Amino acid sequence: MKELRLMKGNEALEEAAIRAGVDAYFGYPITPQSEIIEYLMAEDTEKRTGMVVLQAESEVAAINMIYGAAGCGKKALTSSSGPGISLKQEGLSYIAGAELPCVVVNIVRGGPGLGTIQPSQSDYLQSVKGGGHGDYKLIVLAPATVQETVDYVKLAFELAFKYRNPVMILSDGIIGQMMEKVELFEQMPRSTKEYEWATTGKKPGKDHVIVTSLQLKPEEQEEVNLRLQAKYREVEKNEVMYEAYNIDDAEYLFVSFGSCARITQKAMEMAREKGYKVGQIRPQTLYPYPAEIINKLADQVKGVFTVEMNDGQMVEDVRLAVNGKVPVEHYGRFGGMIPSPDEILNAFEQKFIGG
Amino acid sequence: MNEEIIIAGFGGQGVLSMGQILCYGGVMQNKEVTWMPSYGPEMRGGTANCTAIISDEKISSPVLNAYDTAIMLNQPSLDKFEETVKPGGMLIYETNGIIRKPERKDIDIYSIGAYDESIKMKNTKIFNMIVIGGFLKARPILDVENVIKGLEKVLPERYHHLIPLNEEAIRKGMEIIKVENKLK
Repeated sequence: MKELRLMKGNEALEEAAIRAGVDAYFGYPITPQSEIIEYLMAEDTEKRTGMVVLQAESEVAAINMIYGAAGCGKKALTSSSGPGISLKQEGLSYIAGAELPCVVVNIVRGGPGLGTIQPSQSDYLQSVKGGGHGDYKLIVLAPATVQETVDYVKLAFELAFKYRNPVMILSDGIIGQMMEKVELFEQMPRSTKEYEWATTGKKPGKDHVIVTSLQLKPEEQEEVNLRLQAKYREVEKNEVMYEAYNIDDAEYLFVSFGSCARITQKAMEMAREKGYKVGQIRPQTLYPYPAEIINKLADQVKGVFTVEMNDGQMVEDVRLAVNGKVPVEHYGRFGGMIPSPDEILNAFEQKFIGG
Repeated sequence: MNEEIIIAGFGGQGVLSMGQILCYGGVMQNKEVTWMPSYGPEMRGGTANCTAIISDEKISSPVLNAYDTAIMLNQPSLDKFEETVKPGGMLIYETNGIIRKPERKDIDIYSIGAYDESIKMKNTKIFNMIVIGGFLKARPILDVENVIKGLEKVLPERYHHLIPLNEEAIRKGMEIIKVENKLK
């Protein structure tokens, strides 16, 4: 039987990681995600599953430990918040370049700089448009509930190994700190699978396996790039996820992700009560982006309204998807401020209904 | 049923755990629940609040600006949240230390002397359970036995011998809560 518990987002995430058979967690504490390493330490993972949990000396060290563990074909996980994720960008670029699987969790707080410890979505562009250097992509999952956080840990590792690419779970302080009912999946065994790309020692009669992101010849680097691009097209074709609410008769479309999407959903319900036919798309994958459905709905609606806890980052992808068919407006709060449902409704009325 | 509750008071009054206990009670009664704390550098020794939503349906926003029920455990909280109760909603306040009583006429208002009662019961730690009892009397959305079952989940096993005391506190709260203003 599946197990039902009331859990904080951060704790649920780690319980899910243990149950998903993760081999190693390397991280460095930062609010609002320090519960993650606390929970892992308290759970004595070495006894439970043999999972290694290590507090590294810095974020840079942690991501390079991930690089090493991933190079051996292990399931490796790290987590941080904005400032720490920035430090990890070099490592992420290397891991993407070396085509290795790993999962990185960002419990976003307000920025720039050290910013605030309150929730924010201001790392959207960093997550979906690179962040590190070079032509690479992270697969980015955006949970909106504690349950989704649990489910996405499992999914993230599946995708990471399917495409040999880093996957990011982009969450925030609201989901990390809030408690909800969760159904936990059963303990999965840690994998003993040997991957031919993993560096686990040279086998007799086989070539050396080399993990690297360095190509000295431009022809070879271009080949890597072409292979990566082909992989990203596959990801875009297969892995788009979104949730749609009330779109059948929608005259206006709200687009919002993560915790903010739930506040926006409440605003949508309030708008419906006032007689405005509003629907909503909640992207669950931020890369690959659900551009197709938004483009399709742009033929049906009079306007598209994005709500984000930032100064308008995802709205760029929405504008690309809408492609000028109808007006696209944005409303955002930032720096750790959370918009309220009636504030969103007011902004919608001002921008689209007038007066 | 969709009950949106704000609980606020001083840090240390058991504000956050009250919300958790109600939510766990909700889980035991097969409801959807969301608990959201205020978190930040101002929490220690200052004011604390949390939102608890208990619903038959899937819950959308964990962040709200109007509530069905406000449970206010000190004057600053009462001053701050009185106006956020929806018309026709309910406000419960702890009487200890209250100088200015709530004035709204369009909501149900209850008072509870949980602090004094907890001193009489010789254990101020059960203060918040008395308040929970008061709430359950005024808004019987959960069965007491499910709240107790939830408590069994929240409390580490070494504290389980305290569960009967907590149940007694809930029953006491149900007895002592007082109506101050009741809508027809």
